[in-house]
Amino acid sequence: MSTYAQKKGFGATLWDFLTTVDHKKIAILYLIAGGFFFVVGGLEAMFIRIQLAVPNNDFVSAGLYNEIMTMHGTTMIFLAAMPLVFAFMNAVMPLQIGARDVAFPFVNALGFWLFFFGGVFLNLSWFLGGAPDAGWTSYASLAIASKGHGVDFYVLGLQISGIGTLIGGINFLVTIINMRAPGMTYMRMPLFTWSTFVTSALILFAFPPLTVGLVLMMFDRLFGANFFEVTMGGNTVIWEHLFWIFGHPEVYILILPAFGIFSETFAIFSRKRLFGYSSMVFALVLIGFLGFMVWAHHMFTTGLGPVANAIFAVATMAIGVPTGIKIFNWLFTMWGGSVKFTTPMLYAVSFIPSFVAGGVTGVMLASAAADYQYHDTYFVVAHFHYVIVGGVVLAILAGTHLYWPKMFGTMLNETMGKITFTLFLIGFHLTFFIQHFLGLWGMPRRVFTYLPGQGFETANMVSTVGAFFMAVGVIVLLINIIVTSARNVRVGNDPWGDGRTLEWAIPSPPPFYNFKQLPLVRGLDAYWLEKMEGKMAMTPAEPIGDIHMPNASFLPFTIALGLFIAAFGAMYHVDHKPWALPVMVIGLLVTFASMFLRSVKDDHGFHIHKEDLIEKTDKGVEA
Amino acid sequence: MANHELNSGNPRVDIEYRRKKSKEEMRYQIVSFTMMLFLTFIAFGMVAAKGFSHWFTVPIILLLAVVQVIFQLYYFMHMNQKGHEAPSLFLFTGLGVGLTAILTFMTIVWW
Amino acid sequence: MQVEEKFTYETWPAHSEKATLEAKNKFIGFWLFLGGETVLFASLFATYLALKDKVPNTSMPHAKDLFELPLTFAATMLLLTSSLTSVYAMYHMKNFAFRKMMLWLGLTALLGAGFLGLEIYEFTNYVHEGHTFTSSAFGSAFYTLVGFHGGHVAFGLLWCLTLMFRNSKRGLDLYNAPKFYVFSLYWHFIDVVWVFIFTVVYLMGMVG
Repeated sequence: MSTYAQKKGFGATLWDFLTTVDHKKIAILYLIAGGFFFVVGGLEAMFIRIQLAVPNNDFVSAGLYNEIMTMHGTTMIFLAAMPLVFAFMNAVMPLQIGARDVAFPFVNALGFWLFFFGGVFLNLSWFLGGAPDAGWTSYASLAIASKGHGVDFYVLGLQISGIGTLIGGINFLVTIINMRAPGMTYMRMPLFTWSTFVTSALILFAFPPLTVGLVLMMFDRLFGANFFEVTMGGNTVIWEHLFWIFGHPEVYILILPAFGIFSETFAIFSRKRLFGYSSMVFALVLIGFLGFMVWAHHMFTTGLGPVANAIFAVATMAIGVPTGIKIFNWLFTMWGGSVKFTTPMLYAVSFIPSFVAGGVTGVMLASAAADYQYHDTYFVVAHFHYVIVGGVVLAILAGTHLYWPKMFGTMLNETMGKITFTLFLIGFHLTFFIQHFLGLWGMPRRVFTYLPGQGFETANMVSTVGAFFMAVGVIVLLINIIVTSARNVRVGNDPWGDGRTLEWAIPSPPPFYNFKQLPLVRGLDAYWLEKMEGKMAMTPAEPIGDIHMPNASFLPFTIALGLFIAAFGAMYHVDHKPWALPVMVIGLLVTFASMFLRSVKDDHGFHIHKEDLIEKTDKGVEA
Repeated sequence: MANHELNSGNPRVDIEYRRKKSKEEMRYQIVSFTMMLFLTFIAFGMVAAKGFSHWFTVPIILLLAVVQVIFQLYYFMHMNQKGHEAPSLFLFTGLGVGLTAILTFMTIVWW
Repeated sequence: MQVEEKFTYETWPAHSEKATLEAKNKFIGFWLFLGGETVLFASLFATYLALKDKVPNTSMPHAKDLFELPLTFAATMLLLTSSLTSVYAMYHMKNFAFRKMMLWLGLTALLGAGFLGLEIYEFTNYVHEGHTFTSSAFGSAFYTLVGFHGGHVAFGLLWCLTLMFRNSKRGLDLYNAPKFYVFSLYWHFIDVVWVFIFTVVYLMGMVG
């Protein structure tokens, strides 16, 4: 029965991944797609840094620079960081709560394919007349005036992938609410699961405003509406609000899973229970809550008035408190622990000063009066790269090393991992630390070049050199992945030796049904508890019985494909292309027909029989 | 499995109890429907009458809408029954986020 | 619990909408979705309130000049009644009375279709008065908010008909009961949104 036991041809494997509803395979899909877009976004970053390395450079033109800069931000946030985070959530969260799959396996697959097609659509803009060029925030005043189809690609692509993210979030929430193993109470959930929970709640409430914003923009650009046309009574500030009501929670959607990964890392490699577990949970929820109250701090200079600015400034600074709680708890987790400096732990340890630096500049930016000085300078660029690279990207790299054995059954090379770490961390600080000063000296963000003699030359060159360090670090990681996959040394269930939570209690990679018998959870760090009592495995909570599993399906792919096709129709309809409307109709028909097929065709799944499960144990295959 | 949690061994007894229960529930739902109709009449009536001032009418019809929605949520959508803790949490959080957005759009979008 | 299992009036569980794990997931998942929909509609309401009566020149119709009470009232009555009929459908589902449930669902769909018809009639009226989707920011915001709701009604209709069509011959079981239940939640939610639309858009629009 096991899909891992058989050798399969390429075609069969491809079909398997196109139709899979298994959360572990979807995690791999997210990892591959997210990794690909991460490299694309990274290349765009390199182009930006090359262009800015010397004054008056003409490596790229001003217009192309705008496109590259827009796509760098959009790709990194929506198509790299989010799916990579989703990869770990999919791979690990169901295992951590002792579930056999997510609540809606079909929806899980649909979410991936929507994200994927949205991302592909967005990036096709490079080949179809130019990428979006209004910045990743796509402020209406710029976006409405933008020529060509670039912004249309942005609007439609993000709409499609946004729907995917939203249903993915709902799926995770329901999984955590309903599918925890016996004994897994909320306050025994690992911190990464908690962060998945809070993150998914943020997704649930933050993505609808984005959806609305994108719909309004789409109506304005493609169907003649006037939401942002000032001469027709419209108002561009509406876009700014809608975007940031989404956009600010979005940065917490990225950073909270990072906190989750680091919480696991600190506990595992300090070989000590996470310090202040309940305060960590409390801080997560509080950050999630406050995340919705602060969006207007991105708009201090819009002219909201002193009262609004003051309210949002204070709320923003308040977020420092729960974040501080978390920082201290991590430090105290290491304190007195027997710390092992593995690659993930190196990332975790270096994350603390890097992220704190980003947090401190965050509080500086939150002071509304001072923000008038920092606004739209490289100081802001330095700030958000310190939190996103110093927080999210470090966490993704840590998570890649930490969970690679669980996802693929083989360990990434530690020496190469440490080389990647060293290069990346040095490169990161080299690139972005100096940008604080560039900003304070007055270099505006989003400009494609600068003049010599303004004092920006050295700093920009330093920044560019740093970017190359990061690029080399990522290349070493890719080589590491190739070498590791080629060697393919198999590892057991707990390759780090200090796993604490349920995912380390089952084989790497887990069988497709995860748990032969659902485990009985007797406390926080369930697997660690059992190990401390000298047991090798979890106590089962149920006798061996038939396991119900969902059927694979190709429909998620076709539903997403239909929207992808329809988006082209919607976009070219403004050019009065005769084929545009039919294409839109066909696309929507594909989507709705697939949905209709899904609802009329019963899908009861299948059962793995008890006998097959027992037989496997006898053959010595661990389950 | 645990589907027959009310089962006392004699399905007949259980069935009758359940019938009575859902009859009773249906009665509440009819009452709430009547109340909703009534509230709608008042709201439309106040606007049709045209005699009241703007500052009087608007808060009243908003209040009537809120009351009507509470009927809809708690009786028609069964939020008064147990097992609706997660739904209420998420619905009201969504409402909180939404109301913040509405408040913002009514205060600081134009200046 | 096999979802295909056949039931009788006696063996039908009290909470058929939450009897299996799949059903429980569907139930919670759909409520969460409604939580997200709340934010979606709130954003649309916010946009509408910000753009209400924002027209390029004063000769164009404002909310006060456009809306008519009788039409809105009729639409409200239709949708409100359809909420009650779907409550009846769920009542019969609880009692394992499949035919009656289908009857009430059919009535719900009919009332929903009536509502949609009125809305289309209303929109064509406004277009004749020069209040169109592209004529002003007010027009865009109005048609987007009310149209999103109308789109939800239309989707609900398709959903209801698909459900009725698919299950017309097989009666109730634990596989389709949660589907009917979730549809009824959706339908009630549409009515909840409409309550705020008729209050905030129409009634407050007429008051000024």
